[in-house]
Amino acid sequence: MRRKGDDIMSVNGSQRVDLEVVANLIPPQSRVLDVGSGDGSLLELLQDTKQVDGRGLELSQRGVNECVARGLSVIQGDADKDLEFYPDKGFDFVVLSQTLQATRNPKLVLDELLRIGNRAIVSFPNFGHWRVRLSLFVKGRMPVTQDLPYSWYDTPNIHFCTIRDFVNLCEELGATVEKATALDAAGQKIGLSMPWWFWNFFGQQAVFLLKR
Amino acid sequence: MAALRAGKTNNEADQPSSPVLRFGSDKPLKLDAGTLLSPFQIAYQTYGTLNDARSNAILVCHALTGDQHVANTNPVTGKPGWWEVLVGPGRIIDTNRFFVICSNVIGGCLGSTGPASTNPATGKPYGLDLPVITIRDMVRAQQMLIDHFGIEKLFCVLGGSMGGMQVLQWASSYPERVFSALPIATGARHSSQNIAFHEVGRQAVMADPDWHGGKYFEHGKRPEKGLAVARMAAHITYLSEAALHRKFGRNLQDRDHLTFGFDADFQIESYLRHQGMTFVDRFDANSYLYMTRSMDYFDLAADHGGRLADAFAGTKTRFCLVSFTSDWLFPTEESRSIVHALNAAGASVSFVEIETDRGHDAFLLDEPELFAAINGFIGSAARARGLSA
Repeated sequence: MRRKGDDIMSVNGSQRVDLEVVANLIPPQSRVLDVGSGDGSLLELLQDTKQVDGRGLELSQRGVNECVARGLSVIQGDADKDLEFYPDKGFDFVVLSQTLQATRNPKLVLDELLRIGNRAIVSFPNFGHWRVRLSLFVKGRMPVTQDLPYSWYDTPNIHFCTIRDFVNLCEELGATVEKATALDAAGQKIGLSMPWWFWNFFGQQAVFLLKR
Repeated sequence: MAALRAGKTNNEADQPSSPVLRFGSDKPLKLDAGTLLSPFQIAYQTYGTLNDARSNAILVCHALTGDQHVANTNPVTGKPGWWEVLVGPGRIIDTNRFFVICSNVIGGCLGSTGPASTNPATGKPYGLDLPVITIRDMVRAQQMLIDHFGIEKLFCVLGGSMGGMQVLQWASSYPERVFSALPIATGARHSSQNIAFHEVGRQAVMADPDWHGGKYFEHGKRPEKGLAVARMAAHITYLSEAALHRKFGRNLQDRDHLTFGFDADFQIESYLRHQGMTFVDRFDANSYLYMTRSMDYFDLAADHGGRLADAFAGTKTRFCLVSFTSDWLFPTEESRSIVHALNAAGASVSFVEIETDRGHDAFLLDEPELFAAINGFIGSAARARGLSA
């Protein structure tokens, strides 16, 4: 999960686009749990534009305190530990935005999201992007890109996956992909007609709408 | 101070210098002990104005040795109200905007019926003839006060420590009457260690020969030494080791050398003695027994088959919990377990842990992060309630 309130912006310049893609998947007045809510940008966006009943779970105490001071309903907690306390289907949507790769047990976390929410929305950086592949292939170094700015030794991101990996995990968990969007380096959506391999190569980020 | 010193009884207990609401035999208070308390009275203070829709009322619940004088000069001590940093005109709990109510709890000693009040059956102070009072009893009485004001739903109920227990009880007993709840530095039950500290305090009071089995007023005495020791021990638990060390260290009190005696050589000793002595001037010893007991008995989960989430089943109340990193009386884990229960109940809940070395008493102090959290929570709740800024 994000460690600082401002990470949400520093992780990626096209983060706002990512949030908008997520927000567009959520109908007004929904009950939403944002896991890894960071500085509360998404919750605030959803509250202002969709009048949702939004809650947040955030690891960083500083991020939580700032959110609460801004009137958002957020608690301090860990996606790996604290999701078990939420009841089945307690929310219309559970969002995990740019956080999956930082969890200790992504499979379990995803399983919990599908249990708690009628639908889960997951966005993550695609480790199959051509720049990542190029960095490993040509330089033989772990990739440090605008999208993934950390060195291997200080990264909070411990479980990277590619879009193809994620689709496989969804199948394993019995989740249906209702919608999927990949964003290219410019934050533009990649055409729906493109095949998976194309998404996996050119998608810098992916947003999935899942149901089980 | 004069009030407690004068005469053989505590005048403030029967004739408080704040408004008081008296309930006759037609409206007894049903107690958890299984008896009815009647007649009884509730002393309270209010600040600000109740709006026409009666939707802007905030109930402040006081802590163990607190009282109804939240934001006015205390009639006993002459000191400012105990939460004036937070409550008042233009403050975060803005009395220009909200109608703020605080009542002395049942069992207290500043005007609500307690052990120092005159028992109408005997004409003497109740002493230990008063049944043991629980947190739920206190809240039941507060609810009768709220009825008196014609308030159907409180905009917010807030309080720290024992006050926080009352907040939780309110939200559990009367969910439809609490729009938002703000329990601070508290727990859903009193821990074994906390009961232990309270027992030390009670034994100190009872060991004082001036206690006279609780009938000290009739002997023209007060167990001041015992109560002072109780307060000294308790006061340590309200602070933290770091804060004590920062404030006092091993500094000596008005001397350059150790005296090789048992005077207050150290500043911390002198400080605690002062705390103990000033406390007995404002508080009734028997009331201290009742207050500590009410906290010991508090166990919200036990009232709901051992499952705390059931205490809040179906709640629509908006919650915000606050804990402090250095609070070892109600550590963050206590708040976190309440948060988990509220999550399980599907409640709307915020939870803030504030980093400070000031210990449990941080909730009474000028803590900017606490104020920011309260401000944000109250602000968004007010918008949801349709209260204008």
